[in-house]
Amino acid sequence: MTAKASPVRQATVGELIGMLIAAACVLPLIVIAALTENSGYAFHAMLGVVAALVGVVLIANRCFDGSVAVEPQEIGGKPNYNFGPVKFATVAAMFWGIAGFTVGLIIALQLAFPDLNFDLPWTNFGRMRPLHTSAVVFAFGGNVLISTSFYVVQRTCRARLAGVLSPWFVVLGYNLFIVIAGTGYLLGITQSKEYAEPEWYADLWLTIVWVVYLLVFLGTVMKRKEPHIYVANWFYLGFILTIAVLHIGNNVAIPVSILSPKSFGLWSGVQDAMFQWWYGHNAVGFFLTAGFLAIVYYFVPKRAERPIYSYRLSIIHFWALIFIYIWAGPHHLHYTALPDWAQTLGMTFSIMLWMPSWGGMINGIMTLSGAWDRLRTDPVLRMMVVSLAFYGMSTFEGPLMSIKAVNGLSHYTDWTIGHVHSGALGWVAYISFGAIYCLVPWLWNRKQLYSLKLVSWHFWVSTLGIVLYISAMWVSGILQGLMWRAYTSLGFLEYSFIETVAAMHPFYVIRAMGGALFLIGALIMAFNLWMTVRSESVAAMPRSDETQAPLAAAV
Amino acid sequence: MDQHHDDPKVHTLHVDPVTGQTTTGHEWDGIRELNTPLPRWWLGIFYATIIWSFGYWIVYPAWPLLTDATKGVFGYATRSDITVQMNELKAQRAVLAAGMAEATPEQIKADPALFQIAMAQGKAAFGDNCAACHGVGGAGAKGYPNLNDDDWLWGGSLDAIRQTILHGIRVAGNDETRVSQMPAFGRDGTLKREEINAVANHVRELAGLSTEPKANLALGRKLFADNCAACHGEDGKGNKEMGAPNLTDAITLYGMDMASLTETITNSRGGVMPAWGGRLDETTVKALTVYVHSLGGGQ
Repeated sequence: MTAKASPVRQATVGELIGMLIAAACVLPLIVIAALTENSGYAFHAMLGVVAALVGVVLIANRCFDGSVAVEPQEIGGKPNYNFGPVKFATVAAMFWGIAGFTVGLIIALQLAFPDLNFDLPWTNFGRMRPLHTSAVVFAFGGNVLISTSFYVVQRTCRARLAGVLSPWFVVLGYNLFIVIAGTGYLLGITQSKEYAEPEWYADLWLTIVWVVYLLVFLGTVMKRKEPHIYVANWFYLGFILTIAVLHIGNNVAIPVSILSPKSFGLWSGVQDAMFQWWYGHNAVGFFLTAGFLAIVYYFVPKRAERPIYSYRLSIIHFWALIFIYIWAGPHHLHYTALPDWAQTLGMTFSIMLWMPSWGGMINGIMTLSGAWDRLRTDPVLRMMVVSLAFYGMSTFEGPLMSIKAVNGLSHYTDWTIGHVHSGALGWVAYISFGAIYCLVPWLWNRKQLYSLKLVSWHFWVSTLGIVLYISAMWVSGILQGLMWRAYTSLGFLEYSFIETVAAMHPFYVIRAMGGALFLIGALIMAFNLWMTVRSESVAAMPRSDETQAPLAAAV
Repeated sequence: MDQHHDDPKVHTLHVDPVTGQTTTGHEWDGIRELNTPLPRWWLGIFYATIIWSFGYWIVYPAWPLLTDATKGVFGYATRSDITVQMNELKAQRAVLAAGMAEATPEQIKADPALFQIAMAQGKAAFGDNCAACHGVGGAGAKGYPNLNDDDWLWGGSLDAIRQTILHGIRVAGNDETRVSQMPAFGRDGTLKREEINAVANHVRELAGLSTEPKANLALGRKLFADNCAACHGEDGKGNKEMGAPNLTDAITLYGMDMASLTETITNSRGGVMPAWGGRLDETTVKALTVYVHSLGGGQ
């Protein structure tokens, strides 16, 4: 039904329930804000009030602005895709990416020049560091995953996103979680678990958002018009499901009171450590690997216009990856109070993980066979292929570092930071950039990007940044590890800790330079995308394989 | 609507013209998948890592049982491993430490072999425990004495240094710690602002530094004699019994500029240093004593 709706219409049951739930949150949140003694927590409660009111207004506005109650699933026999939430998440990803890279640069400079902490609690490294990690992993990476998953699941299932309000709830709710988490760190609210710093109420909110995310995704897969589920969707589903389990498992905690942001975790001692790294490592495995492999499986063949290299490899490496990854966490706790048997399992499963990880790289890179020449002309494709190369490199380095003898040298040093960033900058960010460069013209109905030359500039500037970053950290990490363990011939430690810190200084400066280049690259990208969106729209979707109706037809 | 299972494009074997490989026959949004078999080298390495892991599980502790875990035929345990390593290190040091344990700091100083050991051990211990305040080279910082010079607050003999290391300075609850407290002349209302200014100028005069043009040096001299000389001496040369610094040299702990001096006289100072006696063993303290004594100013 595409009949023009009357200016004002009756709210649907779903809209009424949505407004009621949001409105019902307002008063209790105001009470909490009034009674709590923690000003940061009061701020978050008031943030919740604002979010609830905005929610009510946004839903109510649907009844007045002429939007239909329920968009049709298909128009003229073709799927009527829902790209609004995808667009929002794409813009949010770019915003948070630049914010996260900027904070990363600041803390890199703080390590080189401690005066930049400014002696203020809010700008102190201890608070800024989780702000950086959460902003890049969960805010940037998370929005990329939500936007691409909502796009890919629709296109590969030939079905409109399930739910009317829920896709928007997922996107907006997730970004509200990001704001709560980030402002919480700056205000000193943290449960001090790496990559799981947000306190109990933020965790509860994320749980609700995440379950809805899972339902929207599953709902879309279930009503698909394709007989089979595409491999990218297996990876997305594996990521969404496992992150739900990990998040809940690591965050079970008892709040001190409803009026306090503080909580105490259910696990303690070495069990807590084990849970934390089971979570922490699989945040890497399922959030930063499985989810982004899903991006590879859609965007690389799409951009290269080539079939996936091997269906069989995709099946085997998918199941091997998700079965083996979940065991690898204990390698973060080598030579600690963790029992030896758990350390052994963590290490051996990390070694066995090597080939399943590489399966994704092989399938991605080999998909280009027959299209290698495109690397010369298409910097977007080049970026995605280089990201697969970085993926291959860091998934070789990871198992290597999990070997106890190597870990004895590398653990607690900057080598770990270098390893993480070859994965984060080279792999996760590059495949995200590639996907966003593809997505923006598709979503905004633009013929092409504003400038491929700027993409090339982005590529080279940020590649130089990554190389500076990771080589500085390799050198400083290994130097640091060797200095820590150096003994004199008389059996005494050769260096005091502070001497090892002083030795790191030049590498910290180089690292900050690398980070600055990476940030500059992202700014070039943001400019390019902005100009793309501002350029003239084309009537039809620009995709060469286009068989579906343009979005515009739905209005 | 049409049943996609009957869609002719599905299940039709499609051959990719570039590779000559067939596809699975499915298509999603224009994406097809080739029927390429698994790369043999990939499969080979994957199997190899699995076999290696089985081997590792046999020789090392690996699988949890009901109340325990498999031990592994190598009998390896992290704890026994670290014990062995620490014992090896202790054995290596014991040969050296034998002489150290018996000797007094004076004897160590006199014996070149022992002195070399004390310096090595002292440097390591200093870096781990003292450098945070005194600096890696013992050069100190504002409020943390420089240990390279011969200007000692509490004495620079081997005995005095050892006493300071063992019991610290102004450590609550330690009977033998170094204690003294300079009065807060301004905060307590003993001296007025102009008087403090006069004393500060006189202290600069004692150190041979310039004074302010309008300084009342006569008043300063008188007030110094009345209030400060008891500890710092009539001539301002200090008193190591009380940790009262020598004010006549250019060496300063909290600064000799007018602002710092005014702050010192108004609110007093009283730095603390931990007592290391309970934390470091006797030999380490001895080595540290000799090391600090040898930094430049030992008396």
